[in-house]
Amino acid sequence: MPSSVTPASENQPAIVCDSVFKIFGDNAKEMLAGVQGNNNDVDAKTFQEAGCIVGVNNASFNVSKGEKLIIMGLSGSGKSTLLRCISRLTDATAGRIFVDGQDLLAMTNKQLIELRREKMGMVFQSFALLPHKTVLENIAFPLQIKGVSTQDSIKKAMDMVELVGLRGRENYFPRELSGGQQQRVGIARSLAVEPDIWFLDEPFSALDPLIRKEMQDEFLRLQSVLNKTILFVTHDFDEALRLADRIAIMKDGVIEQLDTPANIVLNPATEYVHKFTEDVPREKVLRIESVMDPINSSEALSNLKVSKDAIIETVAEAVLSEQHPVAVTDGNNGVVGALHPSKVINVLFGGRANHPKQ
Amino acid sequence: MQELYSIHRKEINKVLNNLKNSRPMQFGLLAIIFLFSYFLAPHSENSYLWRLPPLLKDLPTWINTLLDNLMFKWFTVDVWDPVWKEYEEKPVFRIITRAIASSILFIIIFIREIFLGGAQTIGALFSDAWIDANKWLSWPALPWTAVVAGAAILGYQLQGIRLALLAGIGFAYLSVFGQWEPSMETLSFVLVCAPVCFILGLGFGIWGYLNRTVEGALQPILNCMQTLPHFSYLVPVMVLFGVGDHAGAIATIIFATPPMIRLTILGLRKISPDIVDSGLMSGCSKFQLLFKVLIPTARRDILIGVNQVIMQCLAMTTIAAFIGAKGLGFNLKVALNSLEIGKASEIGMCVVLIAVILDKYSLAWANKQKDYFANLNFFQKYRSYIGFILLTLLGILLSYLGALYFKDSINYLYYVPFNKGFTISPFIDAGIDWFWETFFVYLNAFNVWLITSVLVPMKDAYLGMPVISTFILVMGAGYIIGGIRSAVVVGGLILFIALSEYWDRALITAYMATFAVLISAFLGIVVGSICAQNNFASKTILSICDFFQTFPSFIYLIPVILLFGITDTSVMIAAIVYAVIPATRYTVEGLNSVPLSLHEAATMSGVSRLQRWTSIELPLALPHIMLGINQTVIFALFMVILGALIGTIDLGQIIMGALSKKGGAGIGLALGIFVSFMCLAVDNLIQTWAKERKRLLGIE
Repeated sequence: MPSSVTPASENQPAIVCDSVFKIFGDNAKEMLAGVQGNNNDVDAKTFQEAGCIVGVNNASFNVSKGEKLIIMGLSGSGKSTLLRCISRLTDATAGRIFVDGQDLLAMTNKQLIELRREKMGMVFQSFALLPHKTVLENIAFPLQIKGVSTQDSIKKAMDMVELVGLRGRENYFPRELSGGQQQRVGIARSLAVEPDIWFLDEPFSALDPLIRKEMQDEFLRLQSVLNKTILFVTHDFDEALRLADRIAIMKDGVIEQLDTPANIVLNPATEYVHKFTEDVPREKVLRIESVMDPINSSEALSNLKVSKDAIIETVAEAVLSEQHPVAVTDGNNGVVGALHPSKVINVLFGGRANHPKQ
Repeated sequence: MQELYSIHRKEINKVLNNLKNSRPMQFGLLAIIFLFSYFLAPHSENSYLWRLPPLLKDLPTWINTLLDNLMFKWFTVDVWDPVWKEYEEKPVFRIITRAIASSILFIIIFIREIFLGGAQTIGALFSDAWIDANKWLSWPALPWTAVVAGAAILGYQLQGIRLALLAGIGFAYLSVFGQWEPSMETLSFVLVCAPVCFILGLGFGIWGYLNRTVEGALQPILNCMQTLPHFSYLVPVMVLFGVGDHAGAIATIIFATPPMIRLTILGLRKISPDIVDSGLMSGCSKFQLLFKVLIPTARRDILIGVNQVIMQCLAMTTIAAFIGAKGLGFNLKVALNSLEIGKASEIGMCVVLIAVILDKYSLAWANKQKDYFANLNFFQKYRSYIGFILLTLLGILLSYLGALYFKDSINYLYYVPFNKGFTISPFIDAGIDWFWETFFVYLNAFNVWLITSVLVPMKDAYLGMPVISTFILVMGAGYIIGGIRSAVVVGGLILFIALSEYWDRALITAYMATFAVLISAFLGIVVGSICAQNNFASKTILSICDFFQTFPSFIYLIPVILLFGITDTSVMIAAIVYAVIPATRYTVEGLNSVPLSLHEAATMSGVSRLQRWTSIELPLALPHIMLGINQTVIFALFMVILGALIGTIDLGQIIMGALSKKGGAGIGLALGIFVSFMCLAVDNLIQTWAKERKRLLGIE
């Protein structure tokens, strides 16, 4: 169990949540103390009858440095509330949260401000740009709040404008920009202080589908350069699959499953998760690794080699045009397995018989 | 028999049920009961159904006693008097108010002396004896050319060439038309009042935003402050703070701060929670969040507040003149009283110009943008200051040359004395005389007709209303609209007036206001509806409303006196013109806010334009329009009270009279409270109705 005195180390998770609860209502704290003895999920119904609403119900997980964790859930599932607990925009009712080993809930207001100024950046669904400031001033704002001189902050902001591709529009006001452009400003602002942890609260939900796709690509491009620890909230399962290292699926405040996209699609933990994964084209999610067989020395392999990390969709055509099973390689070009075309066909056209394990 | 009875009961139940669900039927029933009571109640002085006994007759005396104790008796302390060399007993409260008064006065005079010259503020730094010994020590007035140049440069710096021209020409007008001295007096007055109102308003607004309890406590106080007629607290202010510019300033601050507070709260409440979060996540401290995120984001509403403050300050100049404030207001009052319409128009123009220029300044200042990439040298960076210094030197040089040229007569290049400037008032007066002679017959005929066949019968009808009928009407309406709670509130407000000895006067005020409100509401809704049909017309009419709203209220009295002389008609027309502005504005806004999709849906169902207006637009916009009517009522009541300035016989006249009476503070304040309660009763009814209606329609 990490604590506030643990010295920061390389392997330490960036964020640790330990039995986090957020319950809205006047006497939520007392009620929770009454029912919570064994760190289990609480019954939302009992709370509702007492006039309380359960936002986050016993969330425990770690996020490692440089990981993209996506919190997915429909509206009212508590995903934004969880994010707001971790950024401490709202105080968790119970549980412990550690950011880089520091106990978030024990921080004084001053420490919290310091943490946000140095380590956190956040992007909002409604963009939340300051209407009276230009693009440049909006981006420079967190820097100026920190006390960076006007000249330096503007210079840095100009770099950020460049980074998100808004050059030439730095003197526009937010109202003069399209939704996609406004969100680029939001992204640039959240990155201006070079935070370690990047919160994104449904950043692309207010955008048109085409722009959304473009912004997702932009997001992946930025992350490949910046390598931040990311908490990303969305209600769009496809978006989650596309962007995530791991996905946490939430329902009624409870994290139903937290796993890699492939595992969620292949092994949905609950009926609820299964409903989401049912229609997902699995070839777009699964990697070769998850369908390959162990090497059978009696079997002849074709000349084609594929990486075990490749997404099935990208290599399917080549694999299917081979007569023999295809060799699967790891990062060091060593053969680690064989891929039978029949497996690929099964993924592409087979039944969706991936019911949850009982 | 039994059967017949049960059928009857069914019928009765049906009628009662209908009554429960139909507002028009309820109001119909109320009207019938009202008429019955009107004609059946005994019209005799001895009956309590006719008039209530004046139990609150002594209210003014109570107020006077309270003020008297506050100022002269309570909490006395011994203060050393350096002149008489002895201790003197002084009440703390009086020391406080006088301290406030003298500090305000000092700042006003300081600013005034920058423009007009003088020795008072310098004198405050030295002893009297030293000043007497050094008579040369006096602050010279700036040449008017320098002030005009300064105004233009400020305009240029804030916005550009257009504002520079407006400010330059505007200020030049003040001087050229010989109104320099009163204009600068008024300006110095506004330059003190407006910032004080701004800071107070912003401060209380923020406090109210941060603390719901404070907001709850502020609301009724603000309601009262905003609906008290200006005249009514002049005397109390005079008692507390003495006579002079400072008293005027304090009266102005009382009147002009409430809208600023309200708009600050409104603007801050409207900010989306995401903006607050984004500020927090940027690492703002509480202070930074407030001043760098919240207030700038609420800028729009706060700016409307600033605009209101400036307007109210200028609107108060005439009224503040009653308690000794110098400036344009005083001259305007004199000109109005002696019916010099030409002169009054010129002075009125000065007030409007100052209002417009200050308003544009504040807007431009708030919207000013910073250029981060400009690479400026010293001269470019400080060109405004350098320009101002150069032009001031030029102005001084000009006035020096002027002194040589004009010799012993007036040096027009330095300082144009009061009323010695250029004037077009003879032309205006001649034009008015011509107009008067040509159209007198018609105007007079209209005037006589209006008075004899409309106003007098209406007035008699109001005066002939037994007090019981009034209560049935207002409490009934309250009950229908807002249930028992509303009925009790409005009943209580009216009861307060009914128990005073001024009930008849209140009825006259009510009759004038009713007449003005009916006409303005009708005009406003019709004009607004026509303009709202078209985008261009909407925009045009809204900017016309903006323009007329910059006029201080009493300006409206000038042209109507010219047309109808000193009669009730004049006051009515002024009230109508003044009160039609909010009615029109809210109508246009309300109609424009009806969603376009509804228009299209209606058009596709095949309705005509008129049908669309009556069956879709009007019902949906009505709650908003009614809020406009609410404003109209307050505007009309204020103008009616202001009408006392040119002589009407209602509450206003007594309030005016109280200004020069012993113990006038009590009478003025008591009557002011009555007018305020009338406003509040109407306000309660309309707000309750509009709120419920909006809820039903699912707007907001």
